[in-house]
Amino acid sequence: MNGAHDMGGMHGFGPVVREEDEPLWHADWERTVYGMQRAIRARGIINIDESRHGIERMPPAEYLAASYYERWLSSLERNLVDKGIIGEDELVTRTAELAEHPQTPLPQRDDPELRRLMTDQPSGQELYQREGPAPRFAAGDRVVTRNVHPTGHTRLPRYARGKRGTVHAVHGCYILPDAHAHGRGEQPQPMYTVSFEGAELWGPSWEPRERVYIDLWESYLEPNTEESGA
Amino acid sequence: MSGNHGDGHHSHPESAVALRARALESLLIEKGLTSSEVVDQVISAYEQDVGPHNGAKVVARAWTDPAFKVRLLADGSAAVAELGFGGALIAVVENTPSVHNLVVCTLCSCYPSALLGLPPTWYKSFAYRSRAVIEPRAVLREFGLELPDSVEVRVWDSSSELRYLVLPERPAGTEGLSEEELAALVTRDAMIGVAKVQATAATAGQAAG
Repeated sequence: MNGAHDMGGMHGFGPVVREEDEPLWHADWERTVYGMQRAIRARGIINIDESRHGIERMPPAEYLAASYYERWLSSLERNLVDKGIIGEDELVTRTAELAEHPQTPLPQRDDPELRRLMTDQPSGQELYQREGPAPRFAAGDRVVTRNVHPTGHTRLPRYARGKRGTVHAVHGCYILPDAHAHGRGEQPQPMYTVSFEGAELWGPSWEPRERVYIDLWESYLEPNTEESGA
Repeated sequence: MSGNHGDGHHSHPESAVALRARALESLLIEKGLTSSEVVDQVISAYEQDVGPHNGAKVVARAWTDPAFKVRLLADGSAAVAELGFGGALIAVVENTPSVHNLVVCTLCSCYPSALLGLPPTWYKSFAYRSRAVIEPRAVLREFGLELPDSVEVRVWDSSSELRYLVLPERPAGTEGLSEEELAALVTRDAMIGVAKVQATAATAGQAAG
C-alpha cells in the first residue's frame, strides 16, 4: 500500500539525529513491547509480514507521530484484535482499569513451552526460504519493475516502480510477503537483488555514481524487452 | 523519554503508551500466551549476548583469513554460521577504495540484528530511511564521511529477509594486530556503512613504539 511507511526519497525529515551512548531502551514499556512481539512471533500467532502490514495500516498521521515501539504496539493490538485473540473492548477496559489502579501487579505464570519456543528459534532458512519455481531471470538480465500500486502489503518500494534495473543476484525462492501478510499462504517465488542506477531512480540532478540495490520478488519484475540484446 | 520531537519519537504522554503496553501484556498473560518472567529472561540473555561485537568478530576474521573472506562474500549465512552465528540470512558487501556500501531499510527498519543487536534510533529514523537512498553522500557527510565523486556508492535497501552487513576496509597501520585486536577496532557504524574503521589503537601503539 502507498502508506506513510514507504519513505524512500521523501524530503523534509531534516538531518539524521544521533544520540551519543544511546541506551538499548528509552523506557521500560519499549522492552515490554519488544518482548511481547518476540513471544507472539515465536508462537507463530502473527507472522513477520502481518506484523509489518499491521504497522503500515496505521493512519499516516498516526504513523508519523508514533515512536518506533509505539508502532510495534499498534501492530500487535491490531493483529491480535483482527485474529480474534483479544477483543477491542477488553483492551479498552483493561487500559482504563490499569489507569485507575496503576499498582495492580501483573499475573504471574511460568511457561516452559514459551521458553523453549523463544530460545530454539527456527533458522531464517526454515522461516522464509521455500522450494519453488525455477527463476525466470539470471544475474545480468535487464528487468523493469512493474508500475503497480497494490492496496495491500508489498515490498516493492514506491520509488522503484516502473524503473529499469539489472539483476545482481538470484537468491532462490522466498515466501511472498504480498500473500503471507493477508492469510493467502506462502506462495514462494524466486527473489532477486536488483540494482538501479541513481539517475534511473532520481533523475540526473541527484548524486553522482550511485547505485541502489533492492531485494525484489519475481512477480514485481518484467523483462526489459526494450533493451534486450543491447 | 526526552527530546527528539518531530521525528516520530513520541507524541503521546509516555504514561498513555506505557499503560497500553501493560494492558496488552496483562491480557496476553491471562490468555496463556506470554509470561513476563520467561520473556524477561530471554531478553536479558539477548541483551548480553547479541551486539556489534558479533559482527566485529566476522569482520576481523575476514581481514585475517582470506579463504574465510571469499566464503563470506559468496554465502554470508553459511560463513557466519562457522563463527557460531547460525540461522541468520546474511549477505555481506565489501568496501574497497573504489566502492562504498551503505545499508538502509526504507520500508521499515530491517537490520542485521543477529550480528549487530538492536538498531540505533537514528537507523530507524524517518530522516535516515527517506534520505539514504536519494542522497547517500549527503547523509554520509553528516556522519563525517566525505567520499570523493570517484567512489561508487552502493545503497542496499533491505526489502527481503536477507540482512546486509558491510565489510569495511581494514585500516592501514594495523598489520601487526591480532584478530582480537582488530575486532576491537570495528564499530557498529562501520558495519552499517556510515563510517570507516579507524586504526586508533594501532596508530597510538605505533606512536608509542
